[in-house]
Amino acid sequence: MRISNSAKIFLGTATGGVLAIIYLPLFIVLINSFNKSMNMYWPPPGFTFDWWAKAFGSGGLLAALGTSVLIAICSSSIALVLGTLLALALSRYKFFGKQAVGLMVILPIALPGIVTGLALNNAFRTVLGLQLSMATAIIAHATFCVVTVYNNVLARLSRTNRNLEDASADLGAGLFTTFRLVTLPQIGSALIAGGLLAFALSFDEIIVTTFTAGSGVETLPIWILNNMFRPGKAPVVDVVAVTTVLISIVPLYFAQRLAKEDSK
Amino acid sequence: MAISIRGLSKSFGEFVAVENLNVEVAAGEFFSMLGPSGSGKTTVLRMIAGFELPTSGQVTLFGEDVTNNAPFDREVNTVFQDYALFPHMSVLENVEYGLRVRKVSKKVRTALALAALAKVHLSDFVDRKPAQLSGGQRQRVALARAIVVKPKILLLDEPLGALDLKLREKMQIELKELQRELGITFIFVTHDQDEALTLSDRIAVFNNGKIEQIGTPQELYETPATEFVARFIGTANIFSADESLSMFGLGTKTMIRPEKIEIGNEGPEGTVMESIYLGSSVRLIIDLNGIRLVAELSASDNLAKTYHRGAKVNVNLSKSDLVELK
Repeated sequence: MRISNSAKIFLGTATGGVLAIIYLPLFIVLINSFNKSMNMYWPPPGFTFDWWAKAFGSGGLLAALGTSVLIAICSSSIALVLGTLLALALSRYKFFGKQAVGLMVILPIALPGIVTGLALNNAFRTVLGLQLSMATAIIAHATFCVVTVYNNVLARLSRTNRNLEDASADLGAGLFTTFRLVTLPQIGSALIAGGLLAFALSFDEIIVTTFTAGSGVETLPIWILNNMFRPGKAPVVDVVAVTTVLISIVPLYFAQRLAKEDSK
Repeated sequence: MAISIRGLSKSFGEFVAVENLNVEVAAGEFFSMLGPSGSGKTTVLRMIAGFELPTSGQVTLFGEDVTNNAPFDREVNTVFQDYALFPHMSVLENVEYGLRVRKVSKKVRTALALAALAKVHLSDFVDRKPAQLSGGQRQRVALARAIVVKPKILLLDEPLGALDLKLREKMQIELKELQRELGITFIFVTHDQDEALTLSDRIAVFNNGKIEQIGTPQELYETPATEFVARFIGTANIFSADESLSMFGLGTKTMIRPEKIEIGNEGPEGTVMESIYLGSSVRLIIDLNGIRLVAELSASDNLAKTYHRGAKVNVNLSKSDLVELK
């Protein structure tokens, strides 16, 4: 379809405006992390690396970063195993309640975090009688991380030839050998993409974490929340925010690129 | 018997795909299952391979009941309609696959795979990926991959369906030669009657989940048991029970093949509606007292070329050439 010149200008301006609303504040955060003023005067009176040095010299911050990475790795690993198994079951087999299972798997991503958090908090503490800890936070994160892996793998499986698995069995391979030699290479990049997305989801999660992590467990987003309004901490929080964005963007970028390569 | 199938049925929900099937196939036979799409032939093949479990009935391979065995627990291999080559493996790795999962050493399996690829004339393509091959070449890889593990029975699901006519005819001859060389049983599923006639020792004609008739190509062509078989294989002039009674004094449905109809000086007079020159033969469409007949004359008969549209001809239907149908 051809678009008139005036429409082009209008649409271009609108797109630019929307992107600016999203990214300008992020850009300001980036600049403020080098702002010489402790109270973030605008425009910045000078340039400094102090906050960056301070942030990475702070023990609490590095510990929080480690906790976040660990929780993200663990919950996305759980999600990889469960999401793959679920996708295989739902795409390759017929069983009673299949549609219901399919819906219930993707529901957690639509549930408000506060609901998931409260529900899990109650279940862990009162029903199961568990102490909240890092493990409970990992399980909680896994509930929504499963969805991204499941969706990615399911989409891939629906595009791969089912006869490949039949052919493998026909040639003498058992279930596990078929999975390892035939299915896994077909869904490999979908697994990586799904896993990276799951990692990014878990890494910046805050609401569910608040309800399900033990009192000594401080993830990076929670550290930010706790330190944001403390006197003199604001610039350091900016540094952390920029770091968080970078850590989240990298897996997203690779996940996107993998998806693009596959659609070729 | 290489394969005995007894009372085999398969339903998908309400739909009955295969109904109470009984077939015996001898070792070394080239046996075809012929029928229109949806007639149940592929479902039978998948039950022999083990991809589908029958609703009832039994599949026996060389005397062993394998009805409930998994596909990897049967001495049969399949060539799939879409070939189902592993896209992430090279041609050689595809062919080695069956040996690899049987834990055959790398050296031995490469040698065996190369020999199988030589047998299907693909020695120059061992390092290619399936996506870099033509349809005919993929077909050969699928064949090599199936025969390298030395199955006693090879199942072929419309393997030539995706190839163009010239290539298909070439592959038909190669398949026949391969079967003779290996001496194993081939079960060949097709909807193409010419292909079935060309290749098979015996053919089972499928219709609506049942077998209409089993026989050699000659038996099926010359003495079809039912109207369906008569129409599906070759061209047939079919007379209803009433027409048969008034024309020949026979009270059943009857059939005569076009080349059995004699055009000459004897018999009732009909009118040529259409004359079609086919190279080796001339086909005449004749109106005989309101009945439409197809007759085929050898083109070497010079008289045949003189029958044009509107010509009056005498049509002789010999009672001994009639086949009574069920």
